[in-house]
Amino acid sequence: MLEVKGLHHRYGKAEILKNIDLGIEQGEVFVTIGPTGSGKTTLLRLVGLLERPTSGHIYFDGHQVNNSERARLEIRRRMAMVSQKPAVFNASVFDNVAYGLKVRKEKGASLSHKVTKALETVGLAGYDRRNAQTLSGGETQRVALARALAIEPELLLLDEPTANLDPVSTSHIEKLVTDVIKRSNMTVMMATHDMFQGQRLADRMGVLVAGQMLQTGNPREIFSSPRGREIAEFVGMENIIAGIITSNEEGIVDIKIDGNAIEAISNFGVGEAVYAGIRPEEITLARTKDTSSARNNFPGEITRIVLFGPLARVEMNCGFHLVALITKRSTEEMNLQTGDRIHASFKATGVHVIKG
Amino acid sequence: MHAIADAFVLAVKMIFTGDPEVYSITARTLEISLSSTVIGALLFVPLGCLIYFNHFRGKRTLISIIQTCYSLPTVFVGLLVFLVFSRAGPLGVFGIMFTPQVMVIGQVVLISAIVTGLTISALSGVSPAIRETAISLGASRFQSVWAVLKEARFAVLTAILVGFGRAISEVGLALMVGGNIRGYTRVLTTAISLETGKGEVALSLALGFILVALALIVTVLANRFLRVKEVDVARSQGSAS
Repeated sequence: MLEVKGLHHRYGKAEILKNIDLGIEQGEVFVTIGPTGSGKTTLLRLVGLLERPTSGHIYFDGHQVNNSERARLEIRRRMAMVSQKPAVFNASVFDNVAYGLKVRKEKGASLSHKVTKALETVGLAGYDRRNAQTLSGGETQRVALARALAIEPELLLLDEPTANLDPVSTSHIEKLVTDVIKRSNMTVMMATHDMFQGQRLADRMGVLVAGQMLQTGNPREIFSSPRGREIAEFVGMENIIAGIITSNEEGIVDIKIDGNAIEAISNFGVGEAVYAGIRPEEITLARTKDTSSARNNFPGEITRIVLFGPLARVEMNCGFHLVALITKRSTEEMNLQTGDRIHASFKATGVHVIKG
Repeated sequence: MHAIADAFVLAVKMIFTGDPEVYSITARTLEISLSSTVIGALLFVPLGCLIYFNHFRGKRTLISIIQTCYSLPTVFVGLLVFLVFSRAGPLGVFGIMFTPQVMVIGQVVLISAIVTGLTISALSGVSPAIRETAISLGASRFQSVWAVLKEARFAVLTAILVGFGRAISEVGLALMVGGNIRGYTRVLTTAISLETGKGEVALSLALGFILVALALIVTVLANRFLRVKEVDVARSQGSAS
């Protein structure tokens, strides 16, 4: 459905996108995640033909998008984009949702039917006569989504559609993406800085950092096997510890870290510099040395405990900095306090080894 | 104070007794000023769009020049039009000097800068996101410009009304190129000027009241038209849904 080859984009001297290659299949929900300023919006704008790339090519439905304004308009009419802060016309909700249909010369009962259906889909039935500029942020975002859905685009581009919304509106928009769009076999390309939202919605994801698409794959791959330190950091792998492989016996490696050794599963050879990545939720804590099957067990001292909701983030000094994520209830039952001695353990399979 | 009250009474009498001279002057004034405003709007609103939506070298300078021309003296415009359309002028061959037509042309020139400049200002007041939204929803270049123009409709109408105000209230140009010929090119402003010169202050004031009333009526009607349009749109959408 969509293919991007060697896409480069600059604003003045600033290089925003660097050599992006990407392919999105028909009916797929592809989510680009990345920190703010990584180039996600620019990528969507280029794909949405709102801007022309400095170099590189975009293929839509197998055909290269050329420079002629007429050809670009034809392709643009097969997609729709919803932005982070959607602008609504100073007109009724009906008129706003009907806009894309009107520019496609749709009129009469068919137009009315499509607008009404789109409004019902986003839960705004009965809002048609209201001025769109008097709506709340969540309602405005739903009008923008209805406006895009009304034209039944083959490719829907969503640029951080929930970035400015409250949790209830966010959940409503997410439900729309998962239910309505997936059912209609629409192809979706979405950008978000919320990795968990990406994980919830995506069939496939791409991690965009500093203008480079560092990794693409299904959400599981991205979150469990990040290909580099930057991706690991972005996907919430808080424990990223630099070390050197000191032994490798049939894929079980020892990574030397500040006088300690972490056991992990990896194909890296002896002497190679690596990072050991451990997700905080993979770490268990015990008052005494654990006798479980976990291959890694380190005594340490709690340096900080931060409670948030039902969870607690426990920071420790085990000769190296380690962060564990446990439930608040566990913290209370174990009566964990800053300065307490503790044992942290994790399995060798819970360590993700990244090239250093 | 007495003179003003007398003038007001006289003006009301003239309007309600159907004074043919007053009616003829008023009708001609409206005809000439509305014609020049409509022609000016048709020419200079698009010109404002053209300047606003295109990027070219010297755009800022051009806008500054246009803004400077807001206060172009009417006699200076009158002089230029006179030079162009007088027998010896480059367009003298048309023989339209001292006719309502040349007065319309002069007023169109007079309001050109105001309508163009204020249209540019009106469009600048619309968020760029509006045009981008229109384009992202499949609008062509023209459709996207139209969407922005619709967003700026109140400000653009204001630009046109300011142009109308300038056209209907100018006197220098009408005198110079119209000649204030009774029953032909005499308009409210030139009539006021003439009657004041003759010492008919009460009549001048009466005509002045009519002039102000006319400007007020046109402005109110234009604003009401826009509001009615808005309500109609909302109603038709409501019934369609």
